[in-house]
Amino acid sequence: MTDAIVVEGVRKRYGDKAALDGLELAVRGGTVHGLLGPNGAGKTTAVRVLTTLLRPDEGRAEVAGHDVAREAGRVRRRIGLLGQHAALDEELGGRQNLEMFGRLYHLGTRHARVRADELLERFGLADTGRKAVKQYSGGMRRRLDLAASLITDPEVLFLDEPTTGLDPRGRTEVWGAVRSLVGGGTTVLLTTQYLEEADQLADRISVVDRGQVIADGTADELKAKTGGDRIDVVLRDGGQLGAAVALLPLEKADISVDADRRLLSAPVTDRMAALADAVRALEEAGIEAEDIALRRPTLDEVFLHLTGKPEEAA
Amino acid sequence: MSTSLSWAVADSWTLTRRELAHWVRQPVQVVVGLVFPVMMLLMFGYLIGGGSGIEGDYREYLVPGMFALTMAFGLDATMVAVTQDLNKGVIDRFRSMPMASGAVLVGRAAADMLQSAISLVVLVGVGLAVGWTWHGSFAAFLGALGLLLLLRFAMLWMGIHLAMVAGRPELVAIVQILVWPVSFLSNAFAVPESMPGWLGATVEWNPMSATATAIRELFGNKGGAASTSWAAEHAELLAVAWPLALVGVFFPLAVRRFAALSK
Repeated sequence: MTDAIVVEGVRKRYGDKAALDGLELAVRGGTVHGLLGPNGAGKTTAVRVLTTLLRPDEGRAEVAGHDVAREAGRVRRRIGLLGQHAALDEELGGRQNLEMFGRLYHLGTRHARVRADELLERFGLADTGRKAVKQYSGGMRRRLDLAASLITDPEVLFLDEPTTGLDPRGRTEVWGAVRSLVGGGTTVLLTTQYLEEADQLADRISVVDRGQVIADGTADELKAKTGGDRIDVVLRDGGQLGAAVALLPLEKADISVDADRRLLSAPVTDRMAALADAVRALEEAGIEAEDIALRRPTLDEVFLHLTGKPEEAA
Repeated sequence: MSTSLSWAVADSWTLTRRELAHWVRQPVQVVVGLVFPVMMLLMFGYLIGGGSGIEGDYREYLVPGMFALTMAFGLDATMVAVTQDLNKGVIDRFRSMPMASGAVLVGRAAADMLQSAISLVVLVGVGLAVGWTWHGSFAAFLGALGLLLLLRFAMLWMGIHLAMVAGRPELVAIVQILVWPVSFLSNAFAVPESMPGWLGATVEWNPMSATATAIRELFGNKGGAASTSWAAEHAELLAVAWPLALVGVFFPLAVRRFAALSK
């Protein structure tokens, strides 16, 4: 399959700040690609350029085989966009929104109505179609927004931080909806601040910082690069942190200690073995642990690893 | 070409219907919008009627002024609606769709003009109820309504442009406040002759005054003491020229501003 999204050397400046500084990207058709990065990394600007909302200052970008600047109309017929903020008419009902967008996609009044009903049904919103969108919960609103971006079965779908601001239940709902799309041949570009989200949904991930891609690969490749999973141990008595560091079967140089939280944390390669070893070692030494947990690295840690600096230093 | 034109018309109609659907969803707001100018009319007609410097029936003078004032205040309504739209994601969705891009502006224009036309009908009804009437021909009456809607049309494009320049509701609030003194610096309520010389001259050149004076003549309403200034004697010309000039300036600016959302 050819690339559904191609980005070559795209730059976009706002004043003297470069939002995109030579962005390069290639996304294979029919895959889910994650753009992972902190706030201000340029993820949203990238999506706005690719969805024809912004003209790049320099460089070239193609979506579904068409240039976003010169063939904006052709690109628009082939894409769907789920923006960071709900792109809905809050005063109107869910069905009214979908019918309006359907007519604006030139489906014709009848077809637009049928399509609206289909989508409401599919996203579990059929009962609430008449209610004004401003009365919807965050998760419902997001699902309706997603439904609106799927009216024409787009070739390429852009999801800009689809779960930011949602509670865990809303997030699960949206993830479920996105998963059900994959496999239908749609190409998805997803931006997120959460490594876990990219991990759950994306085939490949590009890490973005200051308008550039600084690393890419599958989730496993990236995690291997950044040291993989971590173990966190919280002790009952902070005074025993030193003793615990000395006896735990972990690479001493990699252990970080947070005395205030009575926490020590270290990367692990074999998750289960590391957990079992830690529990046994602490028990034998009579050091009481309040909590022992395995977790994925946070975006902070990925950044620290990839850039050698914490993200806010940017 | 003709298909793209017919899509442009269809898209504009879809977005006009969007505004009409808002009215159905929020009837209270619609009623408040219609009642506000009526309230102003009654307030000035019955409470403040004394200090205007008008001899004879103040309502003869005031009612056409209120018509013009209501059209001028349309600026405010347009700005609020445009700002609200821009600050929500829905415009982004419109712009990422293969629809006629100008339809967003045309839909806004059509809905606002329709709202103002309805508002005028209500005001004419209330005017008749409080004893105002027109003395000229029906054609002149319609001509006067045409001049009023032309003023509203100018306010529409000015409003769209200013809302896009301001961008945020806080800045729109500033313009909303400024609409008051600018509207009151007109001959809607009082004859310019009753004001200090320099103020009276400013007032006579206010586009709203030109419309008010012109429609008073068309309605055959007594315009207070007949002013002999150039602006007052050529009010009908100015009532056409002012709005056209404003449209000439703000229409291209608004369109350019809208296209520049992609900059």
